[in-house]
Amino acid sequence: MTAALGRSLILLCLLVSTIGAVVGFAAGRLQSRQGARWTRWFGYLFAGLMTAANLVMIYALLVHDFSVSYVAQVGSRSVPTWVTIVSLWSSLEGSILFWGLILAFFIAAAIFWNRNDHPEYMPYATAVWLACAAFFSFLIAGPASPFVTVMNPPLDGPGPNPLLQNHFLMIAHPPFLYLGYVGMTIPFGLASAALLRGRLGHDFLRPLRFWLMLPWIFLTVAIMLGGWWAYEVLGWGGYWAWDPVENASFLPWLTATAALHSAIVMERRGILKGWTSTLVLATFLLTILGTFMTRSGVFNSVHSFTQSSIGPTILVFLAITLLWTIGLLAMRIDRLTDESAIESGASKEGMFLVNNLLFVLFTFTVLIGTLFPLIVEALKGTQMSVGRPYFDKMAVPIGAALLFLMGVGPALPWGKATAVQMRRALLPPIAGGIVLLVLGLLFGVRAPWTLITLALGGFAAWVTLQELAIPALRRRSARGESLATAFKEAQLVRGRRRLGGHLVHAGAIIVIIAIAVSSTMKVSTEAQLARGESVEIGGYVLTFTGVEMRAEPHRQATIAHVDVMRGGRKVASLAPRMNQYESMREPIGTPSVHSTLSGDLYLSAMNIDVRNQSLGLMAMINPMVGWIWIAVGIMALGGFVALLPRRRSVAALSASAEAGAAGVPSRPTIGRENVVGG
Amino acid sequence: MSAPSMKGSARKRNRIFLVVAIAIALGAFLVITAGGIGKNLVYYWNPSELHAAGDKAYGATIRLGGLVREGSIVQGQGVSTLEFDVTDLTSHVHVKAGGVPPQMFREGIGVVIEGTMTRAGHFQGNKLMVSHDNEYRAPTQGEEIDSEALIKSTKGMAAEVTP
Repeated sequence: MTAALGRSLILLCLLVSTIGAVVGFAAGRLQSRQGARWTRWFGYLFAGLMTAANLVMIYALLVHDFSVSYVAQVGSRSVPTWVTIVSLWSSLEGSILFWGLILAFFIAAAIFWNRNDHPEYMPYATAVWLACAAFFSFLIAGPASPFVTVMNPPLDGPGPNPLLQNHFLMIAHPPFLYLGYVGMTIPFGLASAALLRGRLGHDFLRPLRFWLMLPWIFLTVAIMLGGWWAYEVLGWGGYWAWDPVENASFLPWLTATAALHSAIVMERRGILKGWTSTLVLATFLLTILGTFMTRSGVFNSVHSFTQSSIGPTILVFLAITLLWTIGLLAMRIDRLTDESAIESGASKEGMFLVNNLLFVLFTFTVLIGTLFPLIVEALKGTQMSVGRPYFDKMAVPIGAALLFLMGVGPALPWGKATAVQMRRALLPPIAGGIVLLVLGLLFGVRAPWTLITLALGGFAAWVTLQELAIPALRRRSARGESLATAFKEAQLVRGRRRLGGHLVHAGAIIVIIAIAVSSTMKVSTEAQLARGESVEIGGYVLTFTGVEMRAEPHRQATIAHVDVMRGGRKVASLAPRMNQYESMREPIGTPSVHSTLSGDLYLSAMNIDVRNQSLGLMAMINPMVGWIWIAVGIMALGGFVALLPRRRSVAALSASAEAGAAGVPSRPTIGRENVVGG
Repeated sequence: MSAPSMKGSARKRNRIFLVVAIAIALGAFLVITAGGIGKNLVYYWNPSELHAAGDKAYGATIRLGGLVREGSIVQGQGVSTLEFDVTDLTSHVHVKAGGVPPQMFREGIGVVIEGTMTRAGHFQGNKLMVSHDNEYRAPTQGEEIDSEALIKSTKGMAAEVTP
């Protein structure tokens, strides 16, 4: 009964989104107001139906209705309620249904936000969104249906994959990832609409930038949460392994970041329109490629739930979107004409261009390393992977170069920098570089690339802090306001996007430095300890005090207790453990971490013997790792600050939009006050 | 949108910038990736495939997958040495690994060891992984083992190589 209801709702979703897509394209082609209104309502209707289908599934999960195939697959009466709700995205079919829900939210929100604006583009954009919605509805209705009726329902189910119920971060990581991934559908639709219209006016940049920034923030946080989860749960002491599924989330992030930067140049100078559109379209393609990689079973990991049958279907969709993108670009890109030229490489826009090239290079590096094993396996049938050193060797110099640009780009003016301007902009920040370099040397950093990263990071940090402080300081000296008022007026009210951009940079600088330091400065040791024995690592003395068995609702835990002493004082009591889940044969180790701002003490139990009270322990000191999570938080905060509309400039922007629409030449003024991003 | 007089030269200039930048980037990129990938491949082999690879196995990074052969485990004191044979039921490889063995390590269990083949005739492992996967089931007596599924089940796990 429940399953049939779910199936009907999904079929209605398929119907409504398909009709909506057709109506939308027609309305765009005919530029029909009436058609546009219809398209909007089809979008809302799809969103409503998809939400209803998800509610039906959540209901079925909560009441343990095992006649629904998905509930029979992942449900269990013995797991806590939060695990039951999280089960919605814990396995393939449910995760695609959840994808549909997020897509529904995004489509409804994007339609609602722009309901009165951009009538020439919106029907096309909505049509593209609904076409994607139709594909996912088809996927849920057919190849990955969670709503199949089970004829002889079991009395109880196995519960979701234990690795996914092992930690609270698993509640947060998938939704954020879907918000990031699925959200990229919206800018894809907008860029497609601009290409279909053969015009990308200044007025249309605002929605494009907004709907690119929003999923970018989610994706940034999702990548961090994924790394954090791996660190806290998997027990090998790291947060990133260049695993194909990690790369799948990183690839669209790279192109989206590039697009956010080139959009700034587009806004300021009216150039790089085709390029920015290409990046936006590529970002969406990479999210679909990532979905294929993680959901088709070609790569096996904690992310790919089972050998599934949806791989070919997603591959077909990928092919269609690829053809769509190439066709659209081939036919329309030269209509998006540039309005000015780059005067000199030694300028902000020059640096933006280099930034874009680096991000694209980075994308190709990761893409090639990820797909190479697949291609070899397809051609020669041999299994292999591209080792971590390849990615590290490529990522480290690119990361350092990006740090350098974060220092140089914001410091240079638009247009063309004179020699004096260059000196004034680039000489003082060198002091920042020297400070961090010396600090690094004092703390014993010797790895050359880490030292280079520190020096460049110090340079960029100097520029970023300067950019964060100067508008407020200048206003204070000009108007005699208090520092707080000056900051509020100059940064929060007037230069909010600028402030946001520099906050993102501040976070990114910290992340890159923390990654460099944590990966080159870590210390680790392994020991087989009997009860009462100790091992030393980096000033800590770890004493194994005994094993405890504990029965928890859905698992049996074997916990090793370790006292952590430093300088004769007990600073922490850690408890790495082994969790045995009912549904699994092998126990899963969970590490225990003592975090401080300077670094983490990371304990992972390799084996715990209850009878002999012995512990195989891996201990690590991971310096600065905690800063990565904090700094990504700063990046997300900066993103949101940049998203908030500027009170003062809204009127100005819509005025210039009208001017643009009326064919009056409009070029944003190149004033210091207005300079955006960095 | 813009003054028509500047359109031609503006476009030309943009294009030159773009072409030069892309050419430099592409050149540097190809040189680096070509060298980088070839030197950093990790092979996924079972013992038979390892033997078949011959000289190629020496020094290459290999993920060796198979079962721990019955009665082959020799555990030294503490963390010093661990030796055992890995078998795919047709041939086997002698493995030496340092470090603490993982919890479920025992005879007959599916393992994946990352390391390399030495000329001395044993496989030197620097990372030992026991299959965690729900999907993978160790074979029962007489059944053929699916070393491919086994190796896949540990992809992405314990990717860190201890120095």
